[in-house]
Amino acid sequence: MPSDRGAASAARPTTDAAPERARGRNLASGVLLGIGVAAFIDEAVFHQLLHWHHFYDRSTPDIGLVSDGIFHAFGWFATVGGLFLLADLSRRHSVQWMRWWGAVLLGSGGFQLFDGTVLHKAFGVHQIRYGVDLLPYDLVWNGVSVALIVAGALLLVRARRRGDA
Amino acid sequence: MPEHAASSAWPGELILAAVLLAVGGCYVAAVIRSRRRRPWPLGRTACWLLGLGAVYAGLAGSVAGAGGSAFAAHMAGHLLVGMVAPLLLVLAAPVTLALRSLAVVPARRLSALLRSRPVRFVAHPVTATVLNVGGLWVLYTTDLFVRMHANPFLAAAVNAHVLVAGYLFTASMIGRDPAPHRPGPAFRTVVLLVAFAGHGVLAKWIAAHPPAGVGAVQAELGAAVMYYGGDAVDVAILVILLAGWYRATAPGPRASAPSAGRWSPSAA
Repeated sequence: MPSDRGAASAARPTTDAAPERARGRNLASGVLLGIGVAAFIDEAVFHQLLHWHHFYDRSTPDIGLVSDGIFHAFGWFATVGGLFLLADLSRRHSVQWMRWWGAVLLGSGGFQLFDGTVLHKAFGVHQIRYGVDLLPYDLVWNGVSVALIVAGALLLVRARRRGDA
Repeated sequence: MPEHAASSAWPGELILAAVLLAVGGCYVAAVIRSRRRRPWPLGRTACWLLGLGAVYAGLAGSVAGAGGSAFAAHMAGHLLVGMVAPLLLVLAAPVTLALRSLAVVPARRLSALLRSRPVRFVAHPVTATVLNVGGLWVLYTTDLFVRMHANPFLAAAVNAHVLVAGYLFTASMIGRDPAPHRPGPAFRTVVLLVAFAGHGVLAKWIAAHPPAGVGAVQAELGAAVMYYGGDAVDVAILVILLAGWYRATAPGPRASAPSAGRWSPSAA
């Protein structure tokens, strides 16, 4: 594998600043939008449609309120910022779709895993659902997160091998 | 709770309507004056008048005393006065209009005033955020909320603060008026996110700790109004702020890039 990757990077035409910057921006745009989408689905589906999550869970400690506020604001920034970055890449004709999608999956899986472990468990913001046995919900939630991360990482590796086409 | 504080007999609403009409009239008069030289976008005049309408809609109910009995209505009023109205008023670029329509000497005085240290200090994104979000924290975490409903003058002062601080905050983020020494978009974005989070945290804190005299159900409803309504306006500010960055970093000849003070959403 490493030799493979070495060959791919050697085959790359140049390593000047512009393509490097475009790669970083594709990654940043995808990860940000992935975080934003995960945060948005959390809010729209689980809070608003299913009412599984509660707006305010009476047992939420202060650290939970603060972290919820910060991630809520950051989720919006990630959505809007990720889209503007994508628009910027698009007007410069430098969107690398495979890398971008890989980053989206990585960002959404990463945020969901963070939400499912740190926010739900360590900070106790709220649980996935109330009045049920949480274990299967937690397993599915975090399992989906890991699957998204793995799929995103695979896409990113493929994008790198293909020489950023 | 002053539930039935004679709403029709209170002169506050009349005074408010008179002041807002006068302010709207000044703007329209300035537009007519400055139009002789250059046209002024109709959208800006519409923003100004809608913004004043939002101030009236937000205050007319709460000065009448609805604030105590219906906390969600109080919150909706605050949202209009502290967030929706400032956004519309800022987009109307009143300072630009004033500089354009005033005679040379008063226009110079105004621009000197805007460059003065105290004005620059309160118009800074960090100061404006502290005044805006910090003011709300003081209102809901002390007994100011209760006292404000017992004293109409205190209520008027609080509402004026909410409006002015909301305006300063919005202008510090996305103002279209000339703003010398304004920090760059990255700095403003970070401060905006802090304010955004501070607003959301306060909303949930209110749900957790209802102000005196407000029931748990009303408090949660009001908190949700504050949380989601605040989201809508903060996201709008964020989009306008980042759209400015997007515009300013457009590839191609630099010559056509708009200057830092003028970039903003469609100038309509």
